[in-house]
Order: sequence, then C-alpha cells, then structure tokens
Amino acid sequence: MSFQLDNISRRGALKTMGVASGLVIASPIFASGLRAEAMGTAGELVNSAYLSIDPDGTVHIYIHRVEMGQGSRTGLPQIIADELEADWSRIVFEPAYGDTKFGDQNTDGSTSIRKFYDAYRAAGAGARQMLEQAAANHWGVAASDVEAKAHKVHNKITGQSEDFSAFVSAAAKLEAPKGDALKLKSKPNWDLIGKPVRNIYMKEFVTGSSVFGQDVMREGMLFAVAARPPVVGGKITAYDKEAAMAVSGVVDVVELPALELPAVFKPLGGVAVLATNTWAAMKGRDALNAQFEAGDNASYNSDQYEQGLWSAIDGKDITHLNRGDVTAALENAEKTLTADYYVPHQHHMTMEPPAATAEWQGDDLKMWVCCQDPQSVQQSVAPFVDKKPEDIYVEATLLGGAFGRKSKPDFAVEAAILAKHAGKPVKMVWTREDDVHHGYYHTVAAQRVTAGLTADGEVTAWKHKAAYPSIGATFNPAANSPGSFELGLGLLDLPFEMPNLRVDAGDAKAHARIGWMRSVANIQQAFAAGSFVDELAHETGKNTVDMWLDLIGSDRKINPTDDMPNLLPGEGRRSSYGNYGESLERHPVDTARLKAVLRKVADMSGYGRKMPKGWGLGISVHRSFVSYVASVVEVQVTEDGGLNIPRAWMAVDCGVAVNPDRVKAQMEGAVVFGLSHALHGEISFKGGAVEQSNFDSYPMCRIDEAPTVETAIIASDSVPGGVGEPGVPPVAPALTNAIFAATGKRIRRLPVRDQLSA
Amino acid sequence: MDFKVNGQAVSFDGDGEMPLLWFLRDIKGMTGTKFGCGAGLCGACTVHVDGIATRSCQTFMADVEGANITTIEGMADGDTLHALQIAWAENDVPQCGYCQSGQIMQAAALLKENPNPTDDDIDTAMYGNICRCGTYQRIKKAIRDVVEGKVTGGML
Ligand code: FES
Ligand code: FES
Repeated sequence: MSFQLDNISRRGALKTMGVASGLVIASPIFASGLRAEAMGTAGELVNSAYLSIDPDGTVHIYIHRVEMGQGSRTGLPQIIADELEADWSRIVFEPAYGDTKFGDQNTDGSTSIRKFYDAYRAAGAGARQMLEQAAANHWGVAASDVEAKAHKVHNKITGQSEDFSAFVSAAAKLEAPKGDALKLKSKPNWDLIGKPVRNIYMKEFVTGSSVFGQDVMREGMLFAVAARPPVVGGKITAYDKEAAMAVSGVVDVVELPALELPAVFKPLGGVAVLATNTWAAMKGRDALNAQFEAGDNASYNSDQYEQGLWSAIDGKDITHLNRGDVTAALENAEKTLTADYYVPHQHHMTMEPPAATAEWQGDDLKMWVCCQDPQSVQQSVAPFVDKKPEDIYVEATLLGGAFGRKSKPDFAVEAAILAKHAGKPVKMVWTREDDVHHGYYHTVAAQRVTAGLTADGEVTAWKHKAAYPSIGATFNPAANSPGSFELGLGLLDLPFEMPNLRVDAGDAKAHARIGWMRSVANIQQAFAAGSFVDELAHETGKNTVDMWLDLIGSDRKINPTDDMPNLLPGEGRRSSYGNYGESLERHPVDTARLKAVLRKVADMSGYGRKMPKGWGLGISVHRSFVSYVASVVEVQVTEDGGLNIPRAWMAVDCGVAVNPDRVKAQMEGAVVFGLSHALHGEISFKGGAVEQSNFDSYPMCRIDEAPTVETAIIASDSVPGGVGEPGVPPVAPALTNAIFAATGKRIRRLPVRDQLSA
Repeated sequence: MDFKVNGQAVSFDGDGEMPLLWFLRDIKGMTGTKFGCGAGLCGACTVHVDGIATRSCQTFMADVEGANITTIEGMADGDTLHALQIAWAENDVPQCGYCQSGQIMQAAALLKENPNPTDDDIDTAMYGNICRCGTYQRIKKAIRDVVEGKVTGGML
C-alpha cells in the first residue's frame, strides 16, 4: 500500500489548537483524493477526520461520518484505535462538522467503512510507528526493538514499558512514515477490528440523553412547522395569517420561497408558523387553513400511472446491456417463460421525522441537523441565505434513522431561512404527516422478465426490461427513463453465464420527488430477478438453489462493460457500470463469493427440507454495495390467509467485518426493513398528492411480525464492502418465494398485504 | 396543574390541550421522550403515568393534575441504571436509538405488571412500539434476560 501520511503537528497546528506538544496525524481520504498536505491552515485541524494525541496520552478520533444506526461512528474508531494500539477507554470521540477538508462526508451508499478503511488504518498505524520511533530514540535502541501495545511502548531488550504519553511530544517532531515504510498490523494481531465493540453512544441511547435533530435546544429558540403544497411544484394561494397569530404561543407566520423545479434539495414552499413551542406551532398551522394551487403534477394518479408503465414495458426498448442475440434466442427457444413484477413507491419512514435547527449570530450561521451529509446542507442552504457554503457551520446530530431521506436537506434550508427572518434560533420540526406527504420516494417500478429454455430446462436467454421514474429527474427534468446508475444496481451486473442476456429500460416520467432509499433500485430489481429464478426453478422442476447455481455458472469475475458496446444498431445507447463507486480490481463482481453465501444460507436454514402443509422456505441471493447476501425466509400461511414469519437466515460476505455484531444487527434490521416494504409498504398518489399520512396508512412490521434472524458472516480477508444496505434486496423475493412454496401462490406485485386472503 | 415528573414537583398553567409530550420536550427541555408520530401509533413517546405506560403525545396537560410521571430520564437511580437499561446495552439492542426510550419505558411497565411474561405477553405489550431499524428480536431477548434474572441493574 502506498499512503501519504503527514505529521501536521510539525506545521504548527498544535499551537493554534491550544495544545502544547501533541501528535496529530493526517492520512489522505481516498474517496476524494484529498491529500494531507491540502488540509489547509492549522487551526482547522481540530476536527479533522484523523486523530490527535494529547501530551497526556488522550487520543482524539475525529469521525467524519454520521451515525444513523449503522454503527459507523463505532466501527471507524475501532480501525484507528486497533492500528494505533490505543486503549479504547482513553479515546475521546469527536464527531466532525461539515467541511470539504474531510473529503466525502455523505454517509450514504454503505460507504463509511469500505471507503475509509485504508485511510483510518493508515492514520492509526502511522501514529503508532512515530510513537515507537520516539521511544526507540529515547532508549537508544532500534525501532525494531520496541513495540507498541495497549497504549504503551515496550522495550524488548530491557523489558521496560512506558505509557504513550511519555513519547507524544517527541513523536510530534518526527516525519510521518510514508509509502512502504508504513507498517499495518497483521490480522492475527488485531484487537479491535473484527470484534463486537459496543456502540459508543450506548449509555446515551438507554438513558435518553442522546441528541437527535428533533432534540436540539437553543436559548430563546422558536419552533416552526409549515404548511407545504401537497403537490410538488404547487403554490400557496391563500392562508389566514390572523387566525394563526391568534393562537397562544404563535409568534410569526412566514412564507417560504416557492419551489422552482427541478426539486433538488430545495424547500417545497408554503408557509411556516413560528411559535414558542411545537404544539402551538402545530395549532397555528391548523388555523392557517392554507390553500394551494396544485400545478402540473396534479395529473399524477398512481392507478393510471401504472398503466403507463406497462405501456412503456410494451413499447420501445432502450438497451443498456446486450450479450449474444436475445431476440433470436427467444424465437428459437423450445419454451419461453415471462413474468411481470410491480413494486410501488416506498417511503423511508425514519423513526425520527426530519428536523433542523439554525441560529444566526450576526452574520454567522450555525446549524444542527439530522443530516447524512453536512456538506450537502452547506451547499443547499447557501444560495438561500446568500452565504458561501464553507461559511456555514453545520453539525450533524445523531440521526433517528435516515435510509437516504436525510441526505436530502430541504428541511435544513427551511430552518436557515426562518431563523434569519426571526432573528432567533429556529428549530424546523417536521411532523410525521409532513414526512409522509413530502418525501423523496423510492420509485414505482414495472418490470418484465422473459427467459428462453431448451427442452431439458436449460436457460439460454434472459431479457429483462424495467420502466420506472428515475432519481435523475429530481435533479434534471430530462431524465425520463431509468439511468445506468440505477440499472447497475442488480441488472447490468446480473451474475448469469447464459449466452444471451439483455437489459432494457422503458420511458417513465417522474411526477414526484424520486429519491434513493436503503438499497435503492436493488429493491425492485432483486425482487424481479430473485422471483424469476424461483419461477424458472419451479418451471423446470429444479431446486431453486440449483437453479441459481446453474444460472450463475462458473467461478469468475464479471465485467458488465464487456456486454455494453455490443448494442443493437439504431437502438439503445452506451451504458456504463458504476460498481458502487469502486474499481472492479478492488471489488470484482465475484461469482464464487455469490455462490458461497447462497450455499451457506441454504445449509444454515436446511433449505429443501420437508415442510408441514402451509409452511414454506424461500431463498434469494444478491450482490450490492460490493457485498454478497443470501437470505432464506420461513413462512406459515394459515387456511384463512394469515401469515406468520417465524424465522429468517442471512449469510453475508462483506469482506472484513470490522464490527461483526453491527454487521449482524444490520442484517437483522434489513430483514425487518425488507419485510416491511414487501408486506405493507405502498405510497400512492391521487391528484398529485400522497394518500398516506402516518403509521396507520403506511404501516411497518411490528414486534409480532418480526422473525428471529440468524446471521452467518463469511470469514474473509477481502477489503470491506458495504453493510447498511446489502441485506435488504434478497429479503422480499425470499419472502414471496416462501409464500409460493407454502401455498403455490406467486406474488408478483408488492406489497403482499391482503393478497393471501383475497 | 400540579404534578410530578421523576419525583420533582412541577406546575403548568398553559394550554390544557397541549400534549404532555410537548410539555416535556419543549417546556421542560427533557428530550429523552421522543416524537415519532404524534398520533398514538408508534410508542416513541411512552412515559409512565402513575406507573402505567402511556403515550405522552395522546395525554393532555389538563389530565395530568396530581399525576406521578416517570420518563426515561427517571429510570436510573443515580448512576445505577435499571436492569432493562443494562440488558439493552448487553444485547446491543439500539441501532439508531431513537425508538429505544419508548421501548424501555414500555418494557418496564410490562415487567412491573407481569414479572414473568410469556413470549406472547411480550409481543402484546410491545406491539405499539415501532422500531424502524428492526431491533425487535434483541428487544425480546433483553426483556427475557431481565425476566430470567440474567441481568440486574448496575453501572454502564
Ligand atoms: S409519538 Fe406518541 S405514539 Fe408516536
Ligand atoms: S433503533 Fe432505530 S428505530 Fe429503533
């Protein structure tokens, strides 16, 4: 490995930090290519993504990613602390504020560990070596004669040991090891990587002292709620300001700027009520009797829209991937099988509705936001308050769930505007209804899959077409069909070896804000693929595991771009494969790993065993966010269509599992998340407005529906892959395949809801 | 209205229609009690009113006269945490943590009323508390650990 480390303390940083002689280490952030040398002036270093050590040996780890339940703020420090040989109890965890000097802070895409594993290791290892060198110099021995362990440096010759604190000042004057001189610990010596370290926020969580976005309190603050246009692009036409002002506690009524499409992360417009408490603001909003004009998107009705999606499926193919000749192969096939799948809009439904607090001190703006990316808050707020992004101080609070919703900071922009107007700190509170009505929804998708088979059941061709409004449309109205960045989530990288394979998109225009939600397009694409493999197995009389293994074929590394230039003349366009922002060298599409998790989960669950009447097991497997997850769901369907889901099994290969307990927790959570949308989740539109509003109309799995999940983590030396999202995609098809096994009823449209009793 | 929050006398002479949730959070600044739905559907706002698990978002201030209210902030006895809080930590229950105040308050009320709940009893009692992160199986396990005496109160 070649890392550029830099001992920033040598550049006078510590003076500005008010630390006499500490050691500060920076390592480059690979995702952004930012180099330590570019860290800017010394004073900005206090909250860098790296670490510093005080003269008394206290270690500060600056965590530049947010915590939303995925455990990154525990996992990342584990990496540094392990390499540093630090005592966990002598670490101060310092969450970083928004600043481009940290590189990419967008805690999204299951990236925190996979993108920063190397950088955090390098930071810890570099500091450890400098402490060792300082100790060796002090004792007059070679660096190889000393060894750091548990916050001490040991002299192997004399048997002496001294605390890190004895060497911090001397180490701070040394060069940071560079390139090959950097020595990472080897796996057998890891003390923290691979260990189930407890969440650093545990005590706060169980005592209620943790501060989420909704919990921020500032001296003299006002609380705001807003009435927003129910249809995206709509405008407020009338409201009764006096009635709202008459509510006790209401201080002001303020119009928000109307939305100019595209939506991006801009506020939706409407009017806000500011009050001395949230309740008064809510009452004031009721009193407004706000009236809106709907605008163009009033034509959006989910029932009609679905018909349009199926017309697009029947219509022109926009080809993104083409291997062999699918059309000819289907014509020549002995048999063909076709199935249509439908997945409606879904919503993130974070347990904590969005909230943001803004405070102006003169010209300075400070914000506390439950955001996934403080830099995106800076950029989104800046144009609305006439400031430069870098001049806005943004702190990410803890997030009460996020799942992609909180990387869209429209709510933070509202807070900044209102606080400026009020001349006081303002907390913008979104209610649950606001959250459900004004989301960035997971898209609504129609898909058709057709396979060609030989007489003895060999699959020779797979044609997969998807039509859905693209996330791209939230940023660019010209985006009128699924993009390759979306098809790349499970379709362009279909792991099949058959000679004829084609992936097509169909046209679909967006009429709502479409956004990414935990595992994104993998949700619908893994549902269709995972269901269809099960359908093919049934059709050919095979076990579904064998069907998967046949389709996947040999152990190999797939490069989807091999099948991209080969497009039909006059049709389609050149696509590209994103591989979740990773190179195929570092994170190949590896069929051997995919098969291994499939076999593992089949083994754990006893897949294929005989089940009592009304019981069934379903299986599916999927690679996403460069990790591999296979899932088995067990169901019992009663005579009257009641559904029980007693157990589920997950096998995951995410490379090195930095915190195996959090990996397991993410798999357990992914099962519940996947089941929630598969069983209950549907956001529908009428006249352009969302029809659901709270947990009654958009239900989640509750405790009685949640299965006991058993998770196996495949031991791996591969570099870490994603964890927060990849558990979700295989769950829905595993569920519906289990329902098929139990009842013979094939669910091709989500949610399952009452389809079993119908 | 005069009542007690975590043993301390409190009085309030504002809007009697205000839900206890907003009194606790905005007036008292006690944000351990969470806002999830405002409609009695999620359990995030659960507190004890005279020992009974109650949705604070559905409890009017006019109705708390004379009541003894306990919130998550009042569960520990000084540094000694409630057995459930310890069990939550030992089972690494929380993911994002947002629903967990309500979960712990609901579970505590259950155990007070029924120290030996069956699995079905646990499902019934905890049904109203949503966890979007999906920590349900660990919640059950943590409650069972307390029921079976594997975990007692202590320090964290
Ligand atoms: S906030 Fe009270 S039940 Fe949801
Ligand atoms: S831990 Fe996140 S909602 Fe329960």
